[in-house]
Amino acid sequence: MESLLERIEAARRAIAATQSADVLEQQRVALLGKNGLLTAALKELGALPDEQRKQRGAQLNALKAGISTMLDERRGALERAATQGRLAREAVDISLPGRGAALGSLHPVVETMDRICAIFERMGYRREEGPEIEDDWHNFEALNFPPHHPARAMHDTFYFAGGELLRTHTSPVQIRAMQGRQPPLRIIAPGRVYRSDSDQTHSPMFHQVEGLMVAEGISFADLKGTLEAFVTAFFGRSFEMRFRPSYFPFTEPSAEVDIRWLDAAGTARWLEVLGCGMVHPAVLQNVGIDAERYTGFAFGLGVERFAMLRYGVDDLRAFFENDVRFLAQFG
Amino acid sequence: MKFSERWLRALVGVEADRAALVEGLTLAGLEVESVQALGDGLEHVVVGEILDCRPHPRADRLRICTVAAGLEAPLQIVCGAPNARAGLKAPLALEGARLPGGVVIRAAELRGVHSQGMLCSARELALDADASGLMVLPDDAPVGHALADYLGLPDASIELKLTPNRADCFGMLGLAHDVAALFGGATRLPDCSPVPAQHAQTRAVQLQAGAACPRYCGRVIEDLDARAPTPLWIAERLRRAGLRPVSAIVDVANYVMLELGQPLHAFDNAALDGDIIVRPAKSGEAMRLLDGSTVTLERGELVIADARGAQALAGVMGGADSAVAAATRTVFLEGAHFAPAAIMGVARRFGLQSDAAHRFERGVDPELPRRALERASALLLAVCGGRAGPLQQADLVGWTPPRTSIRLRRTRLARVLGIEVPDVEIERILLALEIKLAREADGWLAIPPTRRFDLAREEDLIEEVARIHGYARIPGSLPGAGVVAWAEPEGQVPLARLRAALADRDYREAVSLSLLGEAQLAPWGLLEASLPLANPLSNELARMRPSLLPALVAALRANRNRQQGRVRLFEVGRSFHPAPAARREVERLALVACGGAAREQWSAPAPVLDFHDIKGDVEALLALRGGNAEAVSLVCNDLPPWLHPGRAARVLAGTVELGVIGALHPALERAIDLDGAVYVAEFDLAALRAGAAPRLRSLPRFPAVRRDLAVVVPESVSWDRVAAAARTAAGSVLAELRLFDVYRGAGLDAEHKSFAMGLILQDHSRTLTDTDADACLARVLQALAQACAARIRG
Repeated sequence: MESLLERIEAARRAIAATQSADVLEQQRVALLGKNGLLTAALKELGALPDEQRKQRGAQLNALKAGISTMLDERRGALERAATQGRLAREAVDISLPGRGAALGSLHPVVETMDRICAIFERMGYRREEGPEIEDDWHNFEALNFPPHHPARAMHDTFYFAGGELLRTHTSPVQIRAMQGRQPPLRIIAPGRVYRSDSDQTHSPMFHQVEGLMVAEGISFADLKGTLEAFVTAFFGRSFEMRFRPSYFPFTEPSAEVDIRWLDAAGTARWLEVLGCGMVHPAVLQNVGIDAERYTGFAFGLGVERFAMLRYGVDDLRAFFENDVRFLAQFG
Repeated sequence: MKFSERWLRALVGVEADRAALVEGLTLAGLEVESVQALGDGLEHVVVGEILDCRPHPRADRLRICTVAAGLEAPLQIVCGAPNARAGLKAPLALEGARLPGGVVIRAAELRGVHSQGMLCSARELALDADASGLMVLPDDAPVGHALADYLGLPDASIELKLTPNRADCFGMLGLAHDVAALFGGATRLPDCSPVPAQHAQTRAVQLQAGAACPRYCGRVIEDLDARAPTPLWIAERLRRAGLRPVSAIVDVANYVMLELGQPLHAFDNAALDGDIIVRPAKSGEAMRLLDGSTVTLERGELVIADARGAQALAGVMGGADSAVAAATRTVFLEGAHFAPAAIMGVARRFGLQSDAAHRFERGVDPELPRRALERASALLLAVCGGRAGPLQQADLVGWTPPRTSIRLRRTRLARVLGIEVPDVEIERILLALEIKLAREADGWLAIPPTRRFDLAREEDLIEEVARIHGYARIPGSLPGAGVVAWAEPEGQVPLARLRAALADRDYREAVSLSLLGEAQLAPWGLLEASLPLANPLSNELARMRPSLLPALVAALRANRNRQQGRVRLFEVGRSFHPAPAARREVERLALVACGGAAREQWSAPAPVLDFHDIKGDVEALLALRGGNAEAVSLVCNDLPPWLHPGRAARVLAGTVELGVIGALHPALERAIDLDGAVYVAEFDLAALRAGAAPRLRSLPRFPAVRRDLAVVVPESVSWDRVAAAARTAAGSVLAELRLFDVYRGAGLDAEHKSFAMGLILQDHSRTLTDTDADACLARVLQALAQACAARIRG
């Protein structure tokens, strides 16, 4: 008995020092296996008298349970150590750049134009387009610019040999949208326009968005409400706004819209952002819409102006130079 | 239009301060562009008279002046102005003055000589840009008098940016009526009552230009003193309106133009010969103008002629030969009505600056010539003396100034504005604008004053009411009417999706000018295919782009020159073509790329971009058309000459050409100085977007079997042919054909290559057996052997 206890104690020490799962298994077999030390001792119990067998049996079972627990704990410890080692070996440099294609970017003017259109589309406006090479009638005459009208002088126009021209505004799309269609109409027309002018604030080509709404009972109050809603939506906050009487041949009453803009230095100033007005009855008549029954409003805005405000760009020409260092700054 | 604030206030009583006046004008549609305050900081500046002027002993350019300033004793002032002389009256800043520029005046030693103040130029007082010498004050200026008081200061020069419809506001008169309507003040209009004739001399007028000049008034004024000084108040009002005083006669004519809006012209009557003839210029007729330039008239410009020839370019500028001068004793004063169309563009054509043309081009009140002549006559007689003759008026037979009466309906006004404006307010506004009103059951019958020819219909009056009442008083509302549901056509690829796909594949969206130069197009051979502008801004912007690529490639090159090795750009926009008419503008999508196939990175080498990289990008776009869309094929024939014939293709969907893809031709790369291969693609956007909505096919219920196959084919056999033969032979069980290797080299001769492919086989009704798969493979092999001279790779 003494020797059994001693042997078991020796085995306990060995188990505690074991570093390998395989060795641990050998140790388990040596103690608890079919021919193991404790198994054999338990088998010998039958030969003992009742009283002694009971006492010895309890002692051996306690030893067996203790060994078993010890083996499990040791196995658990070895597995945890193995996992730890594997995790340490598998660690990567998470600071290395990710693999795979990087993203390009979308153009700030196009994105701005889309944002403007999207706001109006959510208000039920339909996107329309028209030709960039226009005839005099659509670009001027139908919009109530008679020949020799001084307002024409404000549109520095590019002409083609045949008398056609590059549209100076997106307003001719109004005419095309109204021709052969009857109200109610809500249209939004983005696109390129051209004026023969070039400096830091003028490009021979730029973008406009034209809006038009014609229906029964549309008033200047509706125009104001619509544009106030648009400006608030576009910039994500409301501005002090003012509608200033102005003049466009194709609208009356006409207005220019200023917003109270706070520049980077914190100085507030009025900034003109769009032109608008009630569609001139002569324009409705030109496209065969009953100007007594229907009223409407139209507005036009310069996309670059909105893009410049939105992104803090101060030179209009930068939009069209396609310098990737510029383009890369826009998502 | 620039004017003196004080002048305006003299014409209309306004209690509002300057800021309120300026804001009121702007919010009534008379946009104030700038306000220049005048005469601030003139405390302690008085009228000084130089009594004596002697050289400074130690400075060549300085002089020591003894100046009377109304004090007990004259002051000693050191002065550097070249025009300082005894007897001159000029502004004198006394000790303690703080000039507009911030200079504080103190007694000081200047090169050892004591100076008790400063004689000033107009610039130093911020009254004018003139810094050439001391500001010369009239001889009768009261010595010692506060300068501000004497000059009618403080004041402001207010500049308006007038819209083309408000030509009437090029005269103070028009402005005054708007201000009266806005602020409720009473107008004090200038006296235009007739000046009685004191002699009978006249000059007959012949109107030979029809509607271009329907009315011409004139008057001979004799025995004038052309040397008389212009009164200070006239000179100052001119100066504050941006005009430089010239001589009494010219200044009076300009003054009346500013005041009433009617340009006038004074001829030296002695230089005229015979009748005044208003006629179109004869072809090639030349004349010398007041500003010294000589113009040759080729387009029948309107002239005022006498028996000898053209004496004035009508409504634009007088001629030099009949100009008034110091010696002039008799003038013929002209006040005429010229139609805008007759004057439009003439000044611009000859590069002339003309206040008269500026007004006539926009339109002048046809009833003004007579009143303006009376007003100018009275002023001239007061300033220069002389005697007026009878005022003559020649009108075109049968012509009367247009006079419109307009119905204004209360309900229409409310409908257009969205608010009810009380009758009393409507009447107050319109009457203040000198619009005559007669009440009717549903509104008014209105007759606008003749200067307001912009008022011709009901909407014009509604606008008048709205802008004077105030746009700010119309509350905003959101319209509910007129919403029509709509959507883009089913199957059409959204443009935003295409743009996003390209951005996600590392392309940057560009926007190029649609205009470019011949030099940019010629290397592409696209010159003939481009539309030229008739009036280009420059040679670089003279033609419409027939393709998006030349400008995009130029942008790519510019970026490479800025040390960007890898550039990938795309653009959506239109190309323009001389014909056919239906395809003159074509919406396109183009992309250009150069440099590495991927961005440089640490884990894998980046090969240089090749055809199949760009083809991958294009396939990604094409895939957006949907699996049901017409199948796409690439063909190599009929390529544009600017593409590399061996590395380019046309992209077809059925028989419809979607676009082209490929490497630029090496000759073009050389011509436009590109280093390194550039790949491009350009599509007809509408064709590219023409997809088809998906139709669901039921998902396979039985597992797939894969068989791999490597075949050796002659180099001339394209993958297309192999794939087509394999698909036909395999039939419907071939769910997918994957090419996983193209091999050339060891084990193969130079004329052969090997394709390794995986065939994914699947049947919709049962699980395929090995026997089925092997049989299919055998069919494929046999077909490849026949169609492509293929053999299995051992």
